[in-house]
Amino acid sequence: MKKLVIRNIDQGALMKLNKILKNTFLVLFACLVLSACATSKKSTGQMQGDVYTGTDTVEYLASGVPDRVFFATNESVLTTASRETLRKQAAWLRKNSDITIVLEGHADERGTREYNLALGERRANAAKDYLMTYGISSNRISVLSYGKERPVDSGSNPLAWSKNRRSVTVKAN
Amino acid sequence: MRNLIILFLIFIIPTKALGLIEVDITRGNLNPLPIAVSPLSIDDESKKSFEKTLKKKDIGSEISKVIEKNLKTSGLFNPLDKNAFLQAPDIAHLKPRFEDWNLIKAQALITGKVKNVEDKLRVEFRLWDVLAGKEMMALAFTTVPNNWRRVGHIITDKVYERLTGEKGYFDTRIIYVAEEGPKTKRIKKLAIMDQDGANNKFLTLGNELVLTPRFNPTSQMVTYLSYFRNLPRVYLLDIETGIQEVVGDFPGMTFAPRFSPDGKKIIMSFAKDGNSDIYTMDLENRIVEKITNHPSIDTSPSYSPDGKFICFNSDRSGYQQIYVMKSDGSNVKRISFGNGLYGTPVWSPRGDLIAFTKLHKGKFYIGVMRTDGSGERLLTENFYQEAPSWSPNGRVLIFYRETKTDDKGEGFSAKLWSIDLTGYNERLVDTPTDASDPSWSSLLSN
Repeated sequence: MKKLVIRNIDQGALMKLNKILKNTFLVLFACLVLSACATSKKSTGQMQGDVYTGTDTVEYLASGVPDRVFFATNESVLTTASRETLRKQAAWLRKNSDITIVLEGHADERGTREYNLALGERRANAAKDYLMTYGISSNRISVLSYGKERPVDSGSNPLAWSKNRRSVTVKAN
Repeated sequence: MRNLIILFLIFIIPTKALGLIEVDITRGNLNPLPIAVSPLSIDDESKKSFEKTLKKKDIGSEISKVIEKNLKTSGLFNPLDKNAFLQAPDIAHLKPRFEDWNLIKAQALITGKVKNVEDKLRVEFRLWDVLAGKEMMALAFTTVPNNWRRVGHIITDKVYERLTGEKGYFDTRIIYVAEEGPKTKRIKKLAIMDQDGANNKFLTLGNELVLTPRFNPTSQMVTYLSYFRNLPRVYLLDIETGIQEVVGDFPGMTFAPRFSPDGKKIIMSFAKDGNSDIYTMDLENRIVEKITNHPSIDTSPSYSPDGKFICFNSDRSGYQQIYVMKSDGSNVKRISFGNGLYGTPVWSPRGDLIAFTKLHKGKFYIGVMRTDGSGERLLTENFYQEAPSWSPNGRVLIFYRETKTDDKGEGFSAKLWSIDLTGYNERLVDTPTDASDPSWSSLLSN
């Protein structure tokens, strides 16, 4: 009976409530993680939350221009660091106006193959949209999702997964 | 495939005896039925001629091994040790001495005879109820000798159907993705094999990444995703001719393809500007229709067997969940409400259930639920597994499972597994290489 009643509630309102609750939890969780990080510095070097912040896998399009940005699990939102990387890429692309690029979107191995293909495409497009707001024409950018097919790190652990959730800017010409 | 069709000659009408053995397949069978599969008898002349053409010493015995293996993997039968058989195959086929078979605790007995008839393979078999001392069915087939394994599968299907009351799934094939190489640079090829792992064949060379092959209803065509020229698109492949073509003219990635139950349409996702929606393309007139229109990810569509509904995967609620809609895209309803994320819904060929993959607290599950989302049942839990595909009778699911790598990134494998709808009888499906994305064909002889 209880279940029935819940399903009869306006789904929109229920979802909003869910989201608010979830966000509150996220904030709480983030606080916990941050305070945990503050005390044990060891774990902060490579990840913030579950977004990779290290440089092990990063390659450079030009001096000071990293080629990739990283994402949280199931997310395609650009972090502050990602936006900074993409602004550097945009500046480099503006200087080298003959260069065209492919944005390769990737997911980690902890998701179903088909959903991950869509997620990789969504991530690459998040990067594309940001580059476009910094003046890079869409006809210089193509997007290619690999889903979970091309990990850079073959490990089965949170750090490896964080390196694999990425959008990589690759020179196409 | 057409030229492989087997001639059926029913020479004795199956005896309709009530009160004979029955096997219940609706629950996990912890006491599989003891069954004796007597080697099919063969005369010396036929034996010699088939040895020449098929390179098998005793084709009658080989066919009985196919039947035995099928019965064993079904989990419902326990084929008895041939060394314990007292009666010679040719005599048993004429008239079994039921006391002898009773003595070794056989409840059912399969006997048969193989003969070369004008360079064709003629096989007859009988199924006997040992306790009642009665014949339950008798059939004969004539076919080209190369089809000998299929004869074994068809006999198993007939026996299975007679004893369980439901169609079998043995004369079927599996299409899947064969995998090799390191995890970061995996080489993937389309491969096809018989349901029991025999006759494995690679259909692509591995030059480009291929994913998610699925059969059409007649199992002659396959739709799949290929990264040919780095453009991920849905393709159509004719298995017999090897002819491939791109499905539709989409300005971006198309993926997650499946056939409609009538085989006339392909349903798939098309991703554009960070948004994936579900589309269909009619294979006759090439008309493309947009089925979902939502800023979220909509993917993994699968039709109900009557073609009236589609189940699919969407994250419109914020996370991956399973939805059902009418086939025109109207009446979208979320059906998964349990804890965790849900993906890869596939409608059962019987119409009553949807199989899915579930991620909850870092574990992956294969499960089933009714088409309204009620009655969720998880069949198996593991580190990683996904993409269930139904046997044509809706009793068994095949899926793939990946292992966790160690700290050095070593120890990765991907294998096919099958499990009964009951949650029992979980089995590794042997493949020559690593394997993923299995899809089960329909019954080839129908």
